[in-house]
Parts: sequence; structure tokens; C-alpha cells
Amino acid sequence: MTAVLIAVAALLALAAVFGAVLGFASEKFKVEGDPIVEQIDSLLPQTQCGQCGHPGCRPYAEAIAEGEEHNRCPPGGQDTVVALSDLLGREELTLDDEGAEDANVAKVAYIREDECIGCTKCIQACPVDAIVGAAKLMHTVIVDECTGCDLCVEPCPVDCIDMLEVKPTLQTWGWQRPAGIGERPDSRIEVVNL
Amino acid sequence: MSQAQTNKTRKTRSVFARLTSGIRRPAKIHDFHGGIHPPEMKHLSNGTPITAGPLPQQLILPLNMHIGAPAKPLVAPGDKVLKGQMIAEPIGAVSAAIHAPTSGTVSAIGPRPIQHPSGMDAVCIVIDTDGEDQWIEHQGTIDYTEKSPAELVDLIRHAGIAGMGGAGFPTSIKVNLGDHQRVEQLIINAVECEPYITADDRLMRERAEQIITGIHILQYLLNPRRTLIGIEDNKPEAISAIKRACKGCDIEVRVVPTKYPSGGEKQLIQLLTGKEVASGQLPAQVGVVCQNVGTAYAIKRAVCDGEPLISRVTTLTGDGVSQPGNYEVLLGTPVRDLLAHGNLAGLDIGRLVMGGPMMGFTLHNPGVPVVKTTNCIIAASPEELPEPPPEQPCIRCGSCAEVCPANLLPQQLYWHAKNDDLEKAQHHNLMDCIECGACAYVCPSHIPLVQYYRYAKAEVRQQAADQVKADKARQRFEARQARIEQEQAEKEARRQARLEANRKKKEAGPTAASTVDVAALKQASLDASKAYKAAVKAAKAAEAEGADNLAELKAEADRLKAVADKAKAAVRDAKDGAPVAAAPAEDTVAKLKKQVGDASSAYKAAVKVAKAAEAEGADNVAELKAEADQLKAAADALKAELREAKTNAPASAAPVTQADPVAELKKQVGDASSAYKAAVKTAKQADEDGADNAADLRAEADRLKAVADQLKADLRDAKANAPASPAPVAPTASTAAAAEQPDPVAALKKQVGDASLAYKAAVKAAKQADEDGAGNAADLHSEAGRLKAIADQLKVELRDAKAAAPPTPKAAPATTATTDSPAVPEEQAPQSLAEVDPEQAAKRQKRLKGLKTAYNMAHKQYKEAHAAYERAERNETASADELQAMQGKIDKLKAKADNARDALDALVEEAKADIRAHTGKDLKTLKLEAARAESALADKQQELEQQRSSASEDTLEALSSELQALESETQIARKALKQAVEEQGLAE
Repeated sequence: MTAVLIAVAALLALAAVFGAVLGFASEKFKVEGDPIVEQIDSLLPQTQCGQCGHPGCRPYAEAIAEGEEHNRCPPGGQDTVVALSDLLGREELTLDDEGAEDANVAKVAYIREDECIGCTKCIQACPVDAIVGAAKLMHTVIVDECTGCDLCVEPCPVDCIDMLEVKPTLQTWGWQRPAGIGERPDSRIEVVNL
Repeated sequence: MSQAQTNKTRKTRSVFARLTSGIRRPAKIHDFHGGIHPPEMKHLSNGTPITAGPLPQQLILPLNMHIGAPAKPLVAPGDKVLKGQMIAEPIGAVSAAIHAPTSGTVSAIGPRPIQHPSGMDAVCIVIDTDGEDQWIEHQGTIDYTEKSPAELVDLIRHAGIAGMGGAGFPTSIKVNLGDHQRVEQLIINAVECEPYITADDRLMRERAEQIITGIHILQYLLNPRRTLIGIEDNKPEAISAIKRACKGCDIEVRVVPTKYPSGGEKQLIQLLTGKEVASGQLPAQVGVVCQNVGTAYAIKRAVCDGEPLISRVTTLTGDGVSQPGNYEVLLGTPVRDLLAHGNLAGLDIGRLVMGGPMMGFTLHNPGVPVVKTTNCIIAASPEELPEPPPEQPCIRCGSCAEVCPANLLPQQLYWHAKNDDLEKAQHHNLMDCIECGACAYVCPSHIPLVQYYRYAKAEVRQQAADQVKADKARQRFEARQARIEQEQAEKEARRQARLEANRKKKEAGPTAASTVDVAALKQASLDASKAYKAAVKAAKAAEAEGADNLAELKAEADRLKAVADKAKAAVRDAKDGAPVAAAPAEDTVAKLKKQVGDASSAYKAAVKVAKAAEAEGADNVAELKAEADQLKAAADALKAELREAKTNAPASAAPVTQADPVAELKKQVGDASSAYKAAVKTAKQADEDGADNAADLRAEADRLKAVADQLKADLRDAKANAPASPAPVAPTASTAAAAEQPDPVAALKKQVGDASLAYKAAVKAAKQADEDGAGNAADLHSEAGRLKAIADQLKVELRDAKAAAPPTPKAAPATTATTDSPAVPEEQAPQSLAEVDPEQAAKRQKRLKGLKTAYNMAHKQYKEAHAAYERAERNETASADELQAMQGKIDKLKAKADNARDALDALVEEAKADIRAHTGKDLKTLKLEAARAESALADKQQELEQQRSSASEDTLEALSSELQALESETQIARKALKQAVEEQGLAE
């Protein structure tokens, strides 16, 4: 009986000690913020387009962390959905892009400057401050900063903003994936297997 | 020298030689992993010497023939260029110049198909050759050691030399490593391991001396401990030629076994030194610099001969050309021209490859030019290079891993690349793949492995770029969010502050005495309007000076005006509220008067604001005017109310406060006339300032005068009632009436004094204006005249009052005195007076004249003294004592003038009494009539003036007819007055 009591006491003492240590550690090494939100946010494409129904990528990251479905980012595409599934250990969903065909095509806003009346509405709409201009003066898009979110298109009263597809340049051009098994490689393939 | 000595020397030398040979013992040739042995096919082109290439009609020179930033064109279409002339300069550190390969004319600078697997276009300089091949003036350096390494580096940079082996990295970067970088080995890459290519082989065979000179220059620049030339053992002629050329110098020729890809930089370094260049490292980091043998040759040409890189040796080979061989091709020569040059037989070309068969790419457009990196053009017959067979599934044979020279796992890379699992591919060091094609060469399933890797690499780079962009977008988004939040917080803070202020005001409102509140508000309003005026003045000054911040000042003024308006509104509100709240209904008339005064001052203020706004051309003039009109209506309503109250007041409280209405009226008259005076003063001020609204202000003054006149008439009425009403009630209280009567007289006197003061001030202003030659002098004079008329009128009134005073006591004894009683003796009196009239009138006229002169003299002196005093005070020329003395003098003169005026007044009074007796009409009535007619006329004129711009012609006509009627009326009234006055000798 005594042995049992001793064992119980020893275990209780150990539990108390470890509890104290863990409690101290959780206070001492407390992680500020929600690291999972940071991780989700880093996977999102940062177009800040709001197509997910949130005002920007970070709010959507926070919503995903709180349980919202992670397939509502058309600019990120299926890759982002997969990456998020991996990160969160959730089921791989199919991208909810409402059947948009050109969802994955990089676009950039272009202002037809002759038609711009300088209303500044697009400037206010741009989530990344990529449009420069002043009231009653022509506006223009900083192409390098534009995320192609097309939030500026709708507010334009004269419809002078186009979303143009980003054409590859020599710098951004990349080799295409080979056609696959059973297909002859692209005739441009250089390896000739002499 | 003895034999022994000679032996000793020889012995020493041999020891030394042995030692050095120990150091420079032919080093072991290391090996690298993997590699393949494809058919060499070099025999096709290495049998014939290098010959000159064609001189095509057109040369196409891409601006980025090298790795790095495209060069910047120095020529424009239409420019004539000479051979060797720089046509594009390097931009940034990693860049190389471009030179005209022959003489000709720049025909275009624009997009052309270039040497890129994508088949895309890029900007090129197109030169139409003239066939003369005329060199620009150039000079080589005989002894390059005379030049500093920095000079040579610059020369190399501006000679446009880029790596000729295939990558095209600007050589000037590779030979300018800085002092801190110790170069252990300089390796000259003469391996040329790819099949078919023989350009370096032929170059070494034919121009070994020049290559060695180039290597010496590189040695001079890099100062390496050792210099090695690596040559594959399948080029014995080249090896011997180079060995011959570098005999006696510290260049070691290393023969490496034939194996593909020994010519890869990292592989060659490993072969020759045993060093492995780690992943992500540069050869320089392990103390090795690699240069192609063709680059060394180009450096020699640039430094020693002064010829920039305008041509290169290119192998034209394959079964599709009849004359395979090596050609010294001008850069920019389209492949089409080269083929025409080397395929005179016109053989069938199945496939055109630029570069070697392993690492080159198929050309779809024979218009693509030969550039600095084009070492080979394979024009293969259809049988020679057939279409690659279809891709088969990987059988996991592992051959690829065996041959990979970079020690990678091509199979794993393939899986990951195929599944887009870029992260895992990167874990397997995808980025270290040199794309040599050995794995694909050995693959039994014909999998285009290199294309998979290239695709995966492109994706990785794209992702990295996207990540950079996303980070930037995130930063910008967050910055914007922060900015918006801050703005909102500021807005909210302002709103809170406003609410707080309002709440405080409300709290303070009921507790504090409303009068105090009103006073404070008034003070605030005054301060605000003062500030506003100051701001307007500042703005005007700024405008006059043409200052830059005019807009700001105006905005500031507008803001202040808004503040002032608000303050005024607050004052008004407070006033509207205050009397109601604290109305003991004890003295409604007094209150009303106060209200009237406030309302009219508010109105005036509003008018002023409107004028100011108009003068500034502000947008809200119309609004302000409307507001002013509203205020005027309010003031008028209040006035009417006041009048009503006044007429009621005597009736209700007549017995108790009989004197009150009269006193009040007097006070009102005083207020009105002071208001009028103030208005006149502002008008004058405006005139002096040359403000546009002077006319308006004068009209305002006129209106005020009319108000004052009306009030005066009221006063008179009240006075007329006052003696009458007490009479029947308390005929015995005549003494009380008499006691009261001096009061109105004194008040009138005071008024007269005020009026004459105002008149004098007006006269002074007019004089001042005369002296200044101001345009408004006439206006001011007329103004003064009007003031004088008022003063006169007041004087007349005073006399009347004085005259009225004695009759009452006189009438009092007559117990029969009734309301009508004064009329009866008056009616009688004129008759008696009329009889003595001519004599008396003449006498009085004389006395009047004398008195008037005296008064005028005294008054003039007084005025002059006063003006002198003021001037002294203004200019601060006089001392305090002097000023005091002047003040005394002024006082004395004033007293004198007053005395004279009093006497004069008494006389005038008499005469007026006579007039009354005469005409049955009071002089004051006459004058009043005249004054009323005049003011009505003035009003009408004003209206006409205002309508002129806006109203239709009909209204204008109606107005002018009205005006005429009024004019005639006025004239009649004036005439009557004049007659009466003249009759009594009061003309002056």
C-alpha cells in the first residue's frame, strides 16, 4: 500500500514539475502572432485581387487559418490549392474559379492614356498603389508593380483600362514541358541522339 | 672561367632544372564522373584551312549577343559606318560593345529573329554593306605591358569581347577579378569536345602564335601561378602547333582524353586541377579562371592589332553542305548567306542546327545571324539528323545517372520535373545540371531529358520571380493598408475632437449666463473676423507682390472667413436663444432695439463679407448676398416690431414711463446715426483703398441714414406726443414735464454734436482725398454735404426742442391748455409775428451771418488744430507735452465754436419758430420731407443701378419713371424747404 502511495506521490510530483516547466516555457517562448497565417500568406500569390471575397491575400490567409476553404484563389491556381492542402493537411480541393478559363494567364492593367480623364478612381481601387496620376491628369500603370487583379477596371467611368496578357520576353521565356510519352519531342529539341 | 666552374654551374642548373621540373612535373590528369563518347564527326570540317566567310548584303547584329544587358546603339538608321566602328556601347557592368563588321549604312534598328531557341525576335542593328570593307582608323599596342591592366580591361570591354566558347559571358568581367582574388590557375579551354565542331582546332593549327600572345595578355591581367591549356587528344596537329608556339614560356599544354563533355568549364577544371567547383560557386572562388582559346585569340587581335571583335571562326559542317570547313565569318552574317557560301552544290538540308549537336538548337529561320558565340552551323542532311523518335516510358535503367558529368540523378530529376514537383527537383540539385545532353544521349527510351530539365529550371526561375513580385506586392499592399488605417484613425480623431468640443460647448452653454456666453461668442466672432481680414489683407499684399503662396493665403482667408461666419452664426444663434431664455419681458422695447442693432450689424457684416468675397472673386458671392438679404429682412422685421412695440409702449405705460419712449428713441437715433457713421467711415475706407464695393457701401450708408431719419422722425413724434400727453393727465405736472424737457434738448444737442463731428470727419476725408487726388473726392464731398444736412437737421430739431420747451411752461399757467392748445397760440402767433416779420427777419439775418462767421472761424480753427494734433500723433513728431498743449488749444477752440454754434442755434431756433408760425408747417417737417424724398430718390437710384445689369428693359423703364417722379418730389420738397428757410434768413 505504501509503495502504491509513494508511486502516486512521485508521479504527482513529477507531473507538477513538468507542468510548471511547460507552463513557464509556453510563456517564455510564446510565439507572437499566428505563424500558420504567415505560412498561408506566403503561399498566396499576393495579387490582392479580392476574388476570394476577402480584401487582400492576408485577410484570406487569416480566414483559411480559421477554417475557410482554401480553394478560392483563382490567381494562385490549382498549384496554390495543392500547396495549401499540403501545408494544412486538408483535403485537396479543386480550384473554385467559377469556370474562368483564363484564370492562370498573367495579365497586367493598361490604361489607354488618350481616353483617361484623370478621375483617380482606379488609383483608389488599386490595392498595391501601382497606378500613378493626379486628379484631372492622365494616369498610368506601373507595369512592374501591377498584380493584374483587375480591380481597377470596374471603377473606370470611361472604360479606358484593358487587362492585357503578359507576353513572354527573351528574359522570361522558358522551355515548354515536352509533350510526354508517346509523343515526338518538340522539333526544337536539341539533343539528337547520334 | 675554368672548366670546374663551368661544371659547377652546369650542375647547379641541372639541380635547379630538376627541382623546377619536379614542381612542373606533367601533372596527373584527373577524371570526372560520367561522360559519353559520341561519334566525333570532326573529320568533315577539320581538313581545310580557315577561309574568309561571305560578305553578305546585310548584316544583322543583335544588341544582346552576349550574356548581360543589351548594348546601347550609338548609331541611327541612315548613318554610315566603317569597319570596326563601335555601333553600340556596353551598358552596365555585364555588357559588351558591338562594332560594325564591315563598312556600310545602318538601314534599321529593330526586331529581327535572333539566335534564341524560342525563335523570338530581338532588337538588332541592320547594316547594309557597301562592299568596300573600309576600316576605321585603328591602332594596336605593340607592347601591351606598357598599359595598365585596368586600361587593358577597358580596351577588352570596348572591343566587345565575350566568351567565344558558347556562353558569351563578357570577358572584361572575367579578367578583372580585383587584387584580392588570387588566381591559382588560368585554364585555356581548347578541348572542343562536342562532335562536328572544329573551329578551335583549326584556329590552333593556324594561329597558335597569336593565341599564345593572347594567353600572355591574360597572364599579364590575371597573374596566375600556373597557366594550363587543355586540349583533347583527338587534335594532335593542334597540340603540336600549340606546343611549338609556347615553347620556352610558362604555359603548360595538357592533353586530356577525348570524352564528352570534357569541355564543360567545371569538368575541365576537375580534369586539370582535381578541384571541384561546388554547387552555386564560380570557378574564381576556387582560384581558377577559364578562358576559351578563341577568346584568347580575340584578345590578341583587340590588344595588339586594335581590331575589335567583328568576326569569328565558325565551323560550317554537315552532310547538307558541299564545302564544309571553317570560315572566318563576319558577325551578323545571316546563316542563309553562310550556307550559300558553303553549299555551292545546293545539297538538300534536312535540319539546321546552331551550335553543336549536343547543346545547340535547331534553327527554324535561316535568316538568324551568326553571333559571337556561334561556333558551329550544322546543316544536316535528312538522313544525318532524323527526327527524334517518340518518347517512351522510363525503364529505370540508370544509364543516365552513370553518364551525368555533374553527378546528378537524372532519373529522379526527370520524375520530379515531369510531375512539376519543383521543390523535390531542386533538392536533387536540378539547378546544377549543365544541360550537356549526355543523359538524353544514352537514354534507351528516347526521353528528351534535357528539355524536361530546362522546363523545370524555367519554372523554378519563374516561381522565384513570382515570389519576388508577390513579396513586393505584399509590401505595397501592407503599406497601403497601413496608410489607409492611419488616415482613418486621423479622421476619427478629428471627429472625436469635434464631438468633444461640441459637447463641452453644450455643457457650458446652459450653466453659464447666456449674456456672458453671447459676449464670449461675440468676442470670438470679432477675433475670427479680425483674423479673416488680416488674412485677406495678407493675401492682397501677397497678390501685389506676386508671391507664390497666394492660393494658400486665399485658402487660409476662406477658411478664416468660414470660421468667422460660423462664429457670427453662433453669436446670432445665441442672441436668438438668449433673450427668449432669459426674457423677463420687462423691457421688450430695449431688447428689440438691441436685437435690431444686432441684426443690422449682422446684416452689415454679411454685406461686408459678401463685398469682400466679390472683390476677391469668390464663388459664393451669390450665397453671401442672399444671406445678407435674409439678414436685412430679419433686421427690417425687427425694426417694424420695434416700432410697433414703441407705439404700444407709450400707450400702455404712458403715465408711468412717459419719458422712456422718447429717451429710447433718442438712443435708437443715436445708434442708427452711429451705425450710419460707421457705414460712412467704411465706405470712405473702401474709397481710399479703391475697393470696388465703395459704391455699395455708400448705398448701404444711405440706407442706414434713411433708417436713422425714420427713427428721428419717430423720436420727434414721440416728443410731440410727450408734451401733449402729460398735459391732459397732469396739467399741474408741467414742472415735471419741464424737468423732463431739458433731457431731450441735451440729447439732441449731443446728437447735433455727433452729427457735426461726423460731418467734419467727412469733410476732412474729402479734403484728404482732394489732396491725394483720389477719384472719389467728389463722392466724399457729396457725402460730407449729406452729413452736413443731417447735422443741420438735427440742429433744427434741437432748436425745435428748445423752442418747445419754453412754450409748455408758458402754456401751463393757461389752465385751458389742451392737446390743441399749442396750435391755437401758434396760429395766433404767426399773425403777430408776421407783422413784424420783414424787420425782424433782416435783423436776424444779420445776426445770423455774424454768428455764423464766428462759428465758422472758430470751427475751422478747431478743425485745423485737431487735424494738426492728429497728424502729430500719427507721425509721432510732437512730444507728449506738445500734444497736451495742442489738446488744450483744441478744447478751447471747440468750446468757442460750440458757444458760437449755440448762439447760432438759438437764433435759428427763433427763425424756425417763425417759419412754423408762418407756414403752419414745422421746418423740421419740411426738412424731413425733403430728406425722405432725397433718401427715397437715392434708394431708387440704387435699385436702378443694381437692376441695370440684370433686369429687363421694361423694369428698367418703370424704375426710371419712378425715379423721375421721385426726383420731382424731392425737388418740390427742397424748394419748399428753401423757400421757408430763405424767408426766415436762414439760408446760410
